[in-house]
Amino acid sequence: MKALKEIWDYRNMVFNLVKRDLRGRYKGSILGFLWTFLNPLLQLVVYTLVFSVIMRAGIDKYYIFLFVALVPWIFFSTSLQGGASSILNQKSLVSKIYFPREVLPIAHVLTCFVNMLLTFIVIFIALLFARIPLNPLAILCLPPVMLVELLLCMGMALLASAITVYLRDFEYILGILVMAWQFLTPVMYSMEMVPEQLHPIFLVNPMTPVIQAYRDILYYARLPELFTLTHAFLLGILVLIAGGWIFSRLKKHFAEEL
Amino acid sequence: MQAVIRVQDVHKKFRVYYDKGQSLKEKVLFRNRNRYEEHWVLGGISFNVERGEAVGLVGENGCGKSTLLKLMTKIMYPDRGSISIEGRVSSLIELGAGFHPDMTGRENIYINASIFGLSAREVEERLEDIIAFSELGDFIDNPVRTYSSGMYMRLAFSVAINVDADVLLIDEILAVGDANFQAKCFEKLREIKASGTTIVIVSHALGSIESICNRSIWIADGHIREMGPPRHIHSLYLEAMGEKREQSKIREEKRQEEKKQAEKERTVKAASENSAPPEEVPPAAEEPPESAAQPAETGEDTRGLGNRRFGNRDVEFTGIELTNAQGERKLLFYTGEPFRIRMFYRRNKPAVRSNVGFGIFRTDGVHCYGTNTVIQNNQYLHMQPSGSISVDILQNTLMPGEYWINIAAYSEDNFPQDDVQEAVKISVISRETDVGLCKLNTVWQTDDLQIEH
Repeated sequence: MKALKEIWDYRNMVFNLVKRDLRGRYKGSILGFLWTFLNPLLQLVVYTLVFSVIMRAGIDKYYIFLFVALVPWIFFSTSLQGGASSILNQKSLVSKIYFPREVLPIAHVLTCFVNMLLTFIVIFIALLFARIPLNPLAILCLPPVMLVELLLCMGMALLASAITVYLRDFEYILGILVMAWQFLTPVMYSMEMVPEQLHPIFLVNPMTPVIQAYRDILYYARLPELFTLTHAFLLGILVLIAGGWIFSRLKKHFAEEL
Repeated sequence: MQAVIRVQDVHKKFRVYYDKGQSLKEKVLFRNRNRYEEHWVLGGISFNVERGEAVGLVGENGCGKSTLLKLMTKIMYPDRGSISIEGRVSSLIELGAGFHPDMTGRENIYINASIFGLSAREVEERLEDIIAFSELGDFIDNPVRTYSSGMYMRLAFSVAINVDADVLLIDEILAVGDANFQAKCFEKLREIKASGTTIVIVSHALGSIESICNRSIWIADGHIREMGPPRHIHSLYLEAMGEKREQSKIREEKRQEEKKQAEKERTVKAASENSAPPEEVPPAAEEPPESAAQPAETGEDTRGLGNRRFGNRDVEFTGIELTNAQGERKLLFYTGEPFRIRMFYRRNKPAVRSNVGFGIFRTDGVHCYGTNTVIQNNQYLHMQPSGSISVDILQNTLMPGEYWINIAAYSEDNFPQDDVQEAVKISVISRETDVGLCKLNTVWQTDDLQIEH
């Protein structure tokens, strides 16, 4: 509890780090902040070209089907991979100044989160162009789903950042792990395409219900099932508690290990 | 008075890895690379600091004082014992943390101050003070990458010093900016202290500790060696350091002597070996003794004189010796204690005349005194094939501090023969508490009445 209050007291640091990362990223480039939108937009154009001209999948408007799942997935994967090195990259800060160490992975995840939110502007424009109707009731479910994914990402980033301090390889192992994970999550295909006997694996994967919920809301324009939502929420909380607990155990020796 | 900081029996150990493997492969494959030695940096330290008190931590490099400060800031945790601090702690250990070079000074103030734990409102309240203190003026809205290093440090220090804390922990960062800004920082520190903030400083600048702190704690090998009024503790500390340096200097000279001796024996041996049939000596075998001879030779050249020297070496200094009135070799003197500088030299050319001199510099570069035989006696010395020249400093008015002594020999057309910079370092300590660069002998009077002391 005391630790939580301390992190809350340092919320201004989190805010400023997020602001620095968002604004600092494209500093010096001509288009600057515009890249935040341009990047996903160009990605979408490529997917549309590839999947509606070259590789025709059997799914209607596959590029939207893919894109509404891929954006949340990218949020998850960048949170995890960037989060893993968030403590390591701030060596001089961690070994010289006291602040609750959780601030660094949290700030990183929030930066990725804001990036995802901005990308959603592109998603909505794309939905409009693809003439996919918006279901207002379903859209209301979007913020809670995002929040659940945020909890999940924080838990994972806390865990990964703490482990990476002690085991530098973890950063690279994670690269492979995240790739495999993506294929064990229905990002590029739907759950119906997964053989029945593999379903248990997909169900322990906390990202499965999250991605399903996004797709329900945006692609199918329907309310996600209550089971999917509670499932995602419970797994998210579980991962956050586990990640936070392991982080708090490991953080005491960060300064010496760096 | 109540204790704000309580340090109780604090122990800290570090693992010193023989060859640390940080990656998984190294951890698994080379199990024995993970062997380490446990090294106790702090072996039981206890002290309290009262509210509004300023305490200095002094000691040699590696004595554990910076580790102690890191434990106090909670960057690290003690293995045994406990540290408790009441109130908000701010540490000035790293300046300019989190600065982004492409952002303006103003934007960086927000980031940097937030890392010190200030809320948005608190930063807003202090913003004007911080900018004013940094003296950056309009530059505050330029990107930090365009700043000079002095401007950068000024901004960083301004943020750090304006974080109002109940306890301020400072590690060796008072050497910021020019003399003017430093003076301002000290003024600010005194102000902060006067307002009731508790301060702990780690520094090698004993003078600055003396000007702020009520108490010094001398840490040696992870234990408290002495604790008390700064001046008293510092003179004890300097005395111990001076003795230690004398010892190591004597050891070093002995080592060089032995090396020279060994070298001589080896050349004699090599000469006798060379007289053996040449085909038995592979060419490669000749090299090691040659390269080994190199350092030995230069070692002789610079015997205890360091490497900062230049000149044509028509005359060459071979050593320097400082002695007190009793003729004992010393590197530590009290203010007022006379001493003798003896320079040993060798002449590498026949019939050389030299102007021999010396200079005394405080370690921060202040030139305290310098003279030579021409200035004082209008005389160039006829140098012998080898010999020594002594100069007695009869009135040593140097105030406590550390000083370098330079020695030099110049030809009649003022060409350097051998100019040895920083030939030897001495420490001066004093039992009195007057301050300054040199002691002026003073007598006080009021209304023609001399005051007795």
